[in-house]
Amino acid sequence: MSKDTEILEELTSSEYKYGFESNIEADSAPKGLNEDIIRFISSKKNEPEWMLEWRLKAYRHWLTLKEPKWPNVSYPEINYQDIIYYSAPKQKVAPKSLDEVDPELRETFEKLGISLDEQKRLTGVAVDAVIDSVSVATTFKDKLAELGIIFCSFSEAVQEHPELVKKYIGSVVPVNDNYFAALNSAVFSDGSFCYIPKGVRCPMELSTYFRINAANTGQFERTLIIADEGSYVSYLEGCTAPMRDENQLHAAVVELYACDHAEIKYSTVQNWYPGDKDGKGGIYNFVTKRGICAGDHSKISWTQVETGSAITWKYPSCILKGDHSVGEFYSVAVTNNWQQADTGTKMIHLGKNTRSRIVSKGVSAGQSQNSYRGLVQIHKRAKNARNHSQCDSLLMGDKCGAHTFPYIETSNNSAQIEHEATTSKIGEDQIFYCLQRGIDEESAVALIVNGYCKEVLNQLPMEFAVEAQKLLALTLEGSVG
Amino acid sequence: MTVASNSIDLHKNFVEQFGIFEKELNGKSLTDFHQTRKKAIRSFEQLGMPDRKTENYKYTPITRLLKKQFNFDYASPGIPAISKAAISELLIKGLDAYNVVLINGRFSQELSNLDITLKGLEITDFKSAYESQPDLVGSYFAKYAEFDKDPFTALNTAFSLDGTFIKVKDNLVVDKPIVIYSIAESTAANWAVQPRNLIIAGKNSQASIIENYIHHGNEAAFTNTVSEIIVDENAYIDYYKLEIHGDNAYHVGNTQVYQAGKSTFNTTTISLAGSLIRNNLNVVLDDEHCEANMHGLYLLNDRQHVDNQTMVDHRKPHSYSNELYKGILGGNSTGVFNGKIYVRQDAQKTNAFQSNKNILLSDEASINTKPQLEIWADDVKCSHGATTGQLDKEQLFYLRSRGLGEQEARSLLLYAFAIDALENVKIDVLKEYIDHHISIRLNR
Repeated sequence: MSKDTEILEELTSSEYKYGFESNIEADSAPKGLNEDIIRFISSKKNEPEWMLEWRLKAYRHWLTLKEPKWPNVSYPEINYQDIIYYSAPKQKVAPKSLDEVDPELRETFEKLGISLDEQKRLTGVAVDAVIDSVSVATTFKDKLAELGIIFCSFSEAVQEHPELVKKYIGSVVPVNDNYFAALNSAVFSDGSFCYIPKGVRCPMELSTYFRINAANTGQFERTLIIADEGSYVSYLEGCTAPMRDENQLHAAVVELYACDHAEIKYSTVQNWYPGDKDGKGGIYNFVTKRGICAGDHSKISWTQVETGSAITWKYPSCILKGDHSVGEFYSVAVTNNWQQADTGTKMIHLGKNTRSRIVSKGVSAGQSQNSYRGLVQIHKRAKNARNHSQCDSLLMGDKCGAHTFPYIETSNNSAQIEHEATTSKIGEDQIFYCLQRGIDEESAVALIVNGYCKEVLNQLPMEFAVEAQKLLALTLEGSVG
Repeated sequence: MTVASNSIDLHKNFVEQFGIFEKELNGKSLTDFHQTRKKAIRSFEQLGMPDRKTENYKYTPITRLLKKQFNFDYASPGIPAISKAAISELLIKGLDAYNVVLINGRFSQELSNLDITLKGLEITDFKSAYESQPDLVGSYFAKYAEFDKDPFTALNTAFSLDGTFIKVKDNLVVDKPIVIYSIAESTAANWAVQPRNLIIAGKNSQASIIENYIHHGNEAAFTNTVSEIIVDENAYIDYYKLEIHGDNAYHVGNTQVYQAGKSTFNTTTISLAGSLIRNNLNVVLDDEHCEANMHGLYLLNDRQHVDNQTMVDHRKPHSYSNELYKGILGGNSTGVFNGKIYVRQDAQKTNAFQSNKNILLSDEASINTKPQLEIWADDVKCSHGATTGQLDKEQLFYLRSRGLGEQEARSLLLYAFAIDALENVKIDVLKEYIDHHISIRLNR
């Protein structure tokens, strides 16, 4: 046991790699939240009147709501008046090309391993870089535009494609959906917008990279992806933040809209700063993600690798409205030290012959708490709906917890639903087998965890799979159950 | 019971009625026992009647259903006269057992059949048990069923007056099963039946206990029962809860089990009849090497609503629990299953399994299941599974190709599906009895 403890201690001391802070001049709003702040944000972004009205409506609704207390996480009260709701890297004019981007900014992204310069040369991934919830650069715009694909920052979309934004914003996550969605709707500063026209298969991975930099700010970005009939898009999202002693709030909203025969694949590698080994600091990641398979034969697939954040609280969901639509959810959530995660999915079956699949893998170490919370709902009209859910938890160390809270509601007799869940630790026999073959204990654990998560990691686009695998190895360095 | 107006505030109503109840106790309100009742009504005041937002009653709109059906006027409890002949009709035929009969929650000495020759077995009414040995009963009463968590447990505790008291001495093997017939006689005007049972099984003892809930009469009747069962070291208890008779019954039952080291507790819950049934089964495994097997079966039709809530609390290492609940739902019925396995940090080497399987027969039936795992220890093996589906077409085809009619083939397959849940029923006569009622149900 002493060796285990030692190794576990070693694990808990592994440092967060992306904890540096960039010295970028920021343009911020004063602390606090009121209608004036919302007007300030709106006017900063030169938004049309309807957008401001929409924000104010959300804000007024937010005032009537109470912060939800049902998740299996605990944290001190958030003072919403002590947050800066708008912070943007100072840039005088919008950059026309990447060369005009603030060098300090570019350096930041280079440090993160996302070289915007390089991206120009490498084909494969188009990146929208978002720092403190304002989009600073989007690569490959022109090339995508040739195909009719719109990929730009949210504020740009509001200016240039107001009809699309107006039509779809809030159509999946309405302003009154929940506490944090309402807050986001009121103060969201930027985000990514993506539209894939009819019949177009997006030739490259679209990607957004989120970075919180300024202190005391909250990050409130909003992503909207619309896949028109018969189109396909694969979208990636990554995030990091500097190390700070105080907690920062990240309340994003992601909306996906899939028309007939469209397919959206949304992958996340979430690596916000998780706080130090005593549980001090870290990001509160309270995100609302939802997609609607509005058209027949459409498909939405969520893949997430959650390793960061002090508290993760999100449920990427699918509303399967179109007949024959498919929803998928693949998740690996790793918690260490004092991290808390309450994550899962909702699959709402409305259409006929809809199918969904849930694979959730939780790994908890240190003093962390890891919960899966999911809902599978089969409505009356959803003939022949099919669901399979699998959620496994792996425990490392005797001070952590793993919890499963699935909700299964069936109102149709042709539905077929299966749910299974297991909780265990890494088997001593598995470790022994590896040791016997000359693989040391650390590598053995990495090997076993990797194998355990393989089913999910396989779903990630290649560029991300490598990163995610490394991230996993790093987070669990030296841990033996 | 008269038809209720929708406007009554049940919560207020019950609290007020406690005042009347208290007066009727005639000066006995200074006892410790009554202090517990008072605490319970205060808990109830705080908890309130559950509504949609109450997580544990999310799928069971119990307050609304009760309000619709009942006018909870307080009437002085008395035992309505039921003839011995009428009672014998309701008994499980051919079962040689110690029979306890509770009519509307009151112990009936004349209808019960308790020729106890066995030394060390005590079966009496709860009231006299408390009066004759207040220290013993007081040290167990309301110590396990937590009235500060569940409003119905609080209500039962507050109004607790009568019921069954069973004590099995250390090292005693009870020769015959003990059956508690809890009869809700709805023809008499009675606002609610709240029996309270306390069962204490001593070290190395063994017993089979059957709680048979029967609804008699045409009017609706509401039963709110609490049973506390203490299984001491190395004891072995088989426990059955039957809800087979009476379509117009509204039942809320809370079975609280406490297990000491190396003890075994097997339970089978059968719900066939009743408009609304809510079974809470809480098992606490408070020492090493305990074993709990929990089986359940619900066959529903028409507008029935059955809600099974189970909670297994593993507190110490090396224990085992296994749970299997099966449901067949037809008509407009609704089934709810909420199972929770809770493994505390100390409870290393726990093995806990849970499974809930359902078949939906009609378009209007629905099932909501919530199997949960909450694990705070690492060296455990825990799993749960839940499925919802329908009869396999190929199996049906196979049977039909061998000359069985469609109805027959369906019944056979459903029977095969259901019968798994009877694995723990060890008394042959009882098994036949249950089996018989299942068959009637499936052939209907």
